[in-house]
Amino acid sequence: MDHTSTFERIVRGILIALVMIFFLFPIFWIVLMSFQTNETILRIPPSMVFEPTLSNYSALITGTLKTTAGNLDIAFMRNLGNSVLLSTASVALALILGVPAAYAFARFRFRLGEDIAFTLLSFRFAPPLLVLLPLTLYFKQLGLTNTYIGLIWVYQLICLPLILWIVRGYFEDISPDIEHAYRIAGNSWWQTFRKIAVPLAMPGIAAAGLLAFIFAWNNFIFALILASADKQPVTVGALAFVTASGIQYGQIAAAIVLSIAPTLALALYAQRYLVEGLSLGAVKG
Amino acid sequence: MPHIELAAVSKSFKTNKVLDDISLSADAGEIVVIFGPSGTGKTVLLRLIAGVEEPSSGEIRIDNQDMADVAPEHRDVGMAFQNFALFPHLNAFENIASPLRARAQGESQVKDGVARVAKLLKIDHVLGHAPRELSNGQKQRTALARALASSPKLLLLDDPLRNVDAKLRFEMRLELPRLLRQAKSTVLYVTQDYKEAMALADRIAVLAHGKFVQVATPQDIYRKPATLSVARLFGDPTINLAETTIGDDGTIALAGERLAVDPSYEAWAGRKVIFGVRPEAITVRQGNGTGLKAQVMAVTPLNERTVLLLQTAAGAELLASLPSSSTAIPKAESGVEVTFSLNGAHLFDHETGAALTGGSA
Repeated sequence: MDHTSTFERIVRGILIALVMIFFLFPIFWIVLMSFQTNETILRIPPSMVFEPTLSNYSALITGTLKTTAGNLDIAFMRNLGNSVLLSTASVALALILGVPAAYAFARFRFRLGEDIAFTLLSFRFAPPLLVLLPLTLYFKQLGLTNTYIGLIWVYQLICLPLILWIVRGYFEDISPDIEHAYRIAGNSWWQTFRKIAVPLAMPGIAAAGLLAFIFAWNNFIFALILASADKQPVTVGALAFVTASGIQYGQIAAAIVLSIAPTLALALYAQRYLVEGLSLGAVKG
Repeated sequence: MPHIELAAVSKSFKTNKVLDDISLSADAGEIVVIFGPSGTGKTVLLRLIAGVEEPSSGEIRIDNQDMADVAPEHRDVGMAFQNFALFPHLNAFENIASPLRARAQGESQVKDGVARVAKLLKIDHVLGHAPRELSNGQKQRTALARALASSPKLLLLDDPLRNVDAKLRFEMRLELPRLLRQAKSTVLYVTQDYKEAMALADRIAVLAHGKFVQVATPQDIYRKPATLSVARLFGDPTINLAETTIGDDGTIALAGERLAVDPSYEAWAGRKVIFGVRPEAITVRQGNGTGLKAQVMAVTPLNERTVLLLQTAAGAELLASLPSSSTAIPKAESGVEVTFSLNGAHLFDHETGAALTGGSA
């Protein structure tokens, strides 16, 4: 099986290392930056040797940014809280709506079924800016601008199609006979859905949920336009570090580290599910 | 009063008519085997009765009650699927317990119920295993146990021995009749193995092209096949068939000779027919001048019976089956004369394949 020569293996190792450096170096550099002051970050030439400081993190956590122009209040921790709230609530709602819908698309043939499923997927094709302008107008009239409910609703454009299409593939993979057997054994349709279909599709549901969470977490444009400071997530909140007295690189770096930490932890914890879920959804969806 | 009744049931998938005007009834406690080659709609028929598919037309009645609007969970049937359809995330115990739990029984009743069928099917030692840890035979028994667990009045078994190895299939063929009698259920059993059908059935319903061609006891199916296809499906080795025309004197032309088999054949004088004779209805003698002359090409002993391959002077091949204990088994390459005994000889219409003698629909 192993036909690779030593030379090939060395070249492969070097190439893999290059790719890893390309993708991971920025993150590594940001982690370094988050422990430096603006002065050490901006020195020329840059150096990896510096006196580490926790001032960036303490500024974020206490909410007071000390700049040369005076003290500035920043709402980073509130932004972080918003991110958690918006992403979690959006994914939860998308799961409640999307899992039964995915089951219906997988199991039942109904009029316009494929068209509806495709329309839901097409939300992922449209550039968000295209829908944002009309949405702002509607949201103003409905009184939904700058509300969590409004944002969670818009986030369904991100979460729902993802969950629907990945989970659908999983449901289609379950032999209908397994569900038939459970019904014949004396259980109702709803019990069969809960006790057989959902547990068997659980890896797919978990993967789709995590992906949706990451996509929702990383969203920037919806919250930028539709919400003001007190409802905005970290992605938008980071803009506050561009201050009158200059860009606070150290704080931005610390903010990035804090804001990627939850998704990174989730992704690492569930990466087995993620890969499985994505490939399966791709083949079967 | 019949326990289950199918009245003019048809089922189509889009333009494809799978079952066409099927009628069948079974009495309580009766074992009816639905037999037919694959793709004839046997499984669909069971699914209709279980309620997981709906008939396109016709009526299914259980205990004289129309099942049209009765959900599968309220039909009190047990079903074993050909692909087992075990719940992969539940262990064998929970699989078997599922019909008992659905009937809201107490924990001790569930335990007793599972223990009872598990012991009957000899799987009590693997109850803690997940389905993927079970051998095919154990999966099959678990699926059967699940169908039997709640002692349903109607059992639907969809080719349960299809996916198990030959040894287990043989054992189960011996065991199943006892198990099924013990369950006291009405049983509809689907198979495409004629030996299984003969071993288990009170009656066999032969399904072909979406219709029942014959519904009768195993003996009648074998001795009086209603059509050529039924005659061909039952029996090992299969029935010998030859196209021929009946002469004015009731003799048939076979391998260049005219043969008088049964004087009653005169009724179909001049008609093109297919003559069939069971291998065991062939008598082989060492030449006394009365029978069809043939050469023994091969002698194959198969346990209690020995199969001979014969070739007539005109080149037609015949299979004959004799008891191995018989002293009259000829040697290979020897010349013999062949006669047919009446109860294994059949005439079928050349066009329709319908039996002209003996068979009954």
